[in-house]
Amino acid sequence: MNLREALNRNDAGSIVPPSGITAQLTLLTAAAMAVLCVFALTLSLAAQRIAQDWEDALAHSATVRINAPDEARSAERDAVMEVLLTTPGIAAAREITLDEQKTLLAPWLGEDAPIDMLNLPVLIAITQADPPYDATGLRLRLSAQAPSAVLDEHSRWRAPIVAAAQKLRLMGWGGIVLIGFAMAAMVILATTASLAANAPIIEVLRLIGATDRFIARAFVARFTLHAALGAGVGSALAAGVILSLPDGASVLGFANLALGGADWLWVALIPFAASAVAFAATQAAASIKLKGLT
Amino acid sequence: MIAFDTVSYSYAGSAAPLFGGVSLELARGSFHFLTGPSGAGKTTFMRLCYGALLPSDGRVSLFGQDSAQMDRNAVALARRKIGVVHQDCKFLDHLPLKENVALPLKVSAQSKLADDKNISELLSWVGLSGRANALPPELSGGERQRAALARAVIMSPDVILADEPTGNIDWEMSQRLLRLLVELNSLGKTIVIATHDLSLIRTAKTMVQARVLRIAGGSVQIAGADL
Ligand SMILES: Nc1ncnc2c1ncn2[C@@H]1O[C@H](COP(=O)(O)OP(=O)(O)OP(=O)(O)O)[C@@H](O)[C@H]1O
Ligand SMILES: [Mg+2]
Repeated sequence: MNLREALNRNDAGSIVPPSGITAQLTLLTAAAMAVLCVFALTLSLAAQRIAQDWEDALAHSATVRINAPDEARSAERDAVMEVLLTTPGIAAAREITLDEQKTLLAPWLGEDAPIDMLNLPVLIAITQADPPYDATGLRLRLSAQAPSAVLDEHSRWRAPIVAAAQKLRLMGWGGIVLIGFAMAAMVILATTASLAANAPIIEVLRLIGATDRFIARAFVARFTLHAALGAGVGSALAAGVILSLPDGASVLGFANLALGGADWLWVALIPFAASAVAFAATQAAASIKLKGLT
Repeated sequence: MIAFDTVSYSYAGSAAPLFGGVSLELARGSFHFLTGPSGAGKTTFMRLCYGALLPSDGRVSLFGQDSAQMDRNAVALARRKIGVVHQDCKFLDHLPLKENVALPLKVSAQSKLADDKNISELLSWVGLSGRANALPPELSGGERQRAALARAVIMSPDVILADEPTGNIDWEMSQRLLRLLVELNSLGKTIVIATHDLSLIRTAKTMVQARVLRIAGGSVQIAGADL
């Protein structure tokens, strides 16, 4: 077992006998935690992308529909245009032509449907400015000028999806934090168990003048190394899984799970974060436990 | 080095103290024997000397510090100046003898002093040259005691406390160990040896000015010259 020797070779470490199952479980658990962490991270980043994309799309997704009878139509259209162009927060307003409407409807009615025979409403597309217009105020002005005009904000159905994606992202990060806690708890348990199992050795070390710091170091080094190694292997495995997903594969119909360049930095951080958590946890566990052992 | 001021000690739950009102000083360069019947409290006395026990009453000062006031770190540092041969000679059973002997150096971050030449010199000094790579459980009782002595002196401590160091070894070897301790004493080390072996004490008295402390009947007395 070259690996085990390497892990135990540090000065203080070799003084404590190889801790067998505890250290091995630490390694395995750290690997499992790292895999979960990468998955949570991937979902979180995907959710973030969805929220971002759809939020951008929301900016260009309002129309005004005019249903007035033929004779009032062009008057109302002019009134609406007037209102829109004088409303702050609207960058542009443009009537969607009959041809464009035809194109929009073609998938539903077929290429050669007699669209001219339908009584299609006038549609005006709005491009939102930043800051955006006030929808309630705009509705009031429209209803005063053109009673049949209806402001249709697509956000009415898209906004919950963006909110959901944002919640999903938060849940992902929350999950990562919880994984960190679980990791810390596991390392604390392992360290405490290992210290208890090695009480006779600690007694001998103390008799020959070992300080708590020295004794703690042996355990901290061991468990930090095992956690780091486990997290490294786990992250690599999970990264392999993510990479092996078919290119451009979409999940739930709209989200791409692939990770971009900067996202990989997060994945690369996981073993370091795991080591930091393990280091702090063992340090805390050892100093508390050593106070209890006489 | 180590001073007792009206010290008494009783283990929790025991009625009478093992000993009480003990005031004495283990001065630098002094040589003491500690004797008394089994169960009198020799090992207990030793434990008080290296801060493993605190007096029930009175105070023990280690290198000028009250042992009751020392935190664990201070006790650890004091123990580096006190080499102890424990009666039960505990080792780390998974490490070979030479590493066990070098352990005090490692523990006090002086591993660089633990070169093989030093260790093998020390081991041959206690007659264990051939056993450097043996694991402690493979050693005989006498070998363990000699190994414990080697470990106790490797830090060149100011004080050496030896609890029954000759308990398991033959007369020849015990004479040799005694000479080693006398030699260390001549280098200015303070030596305390707990023993039942009166012949050892007699031999020692021909070599060195030794004081004999006798624990009996709840007190520690300086034994007469009749020994
Ligand atoms: N941890 C302990 N708790 C309670 N009593 C103890 C403890 N250790 C020792 N004793 C008791 O204290 C008394 C003195 O023990 P100690 O080991 O100091 O004797 P000793 O003089 O070293 O004996 P020996 O010559 O057999 O080594 C004994 O009666 C022993 O039973
Ligand atoms: Mg004893």
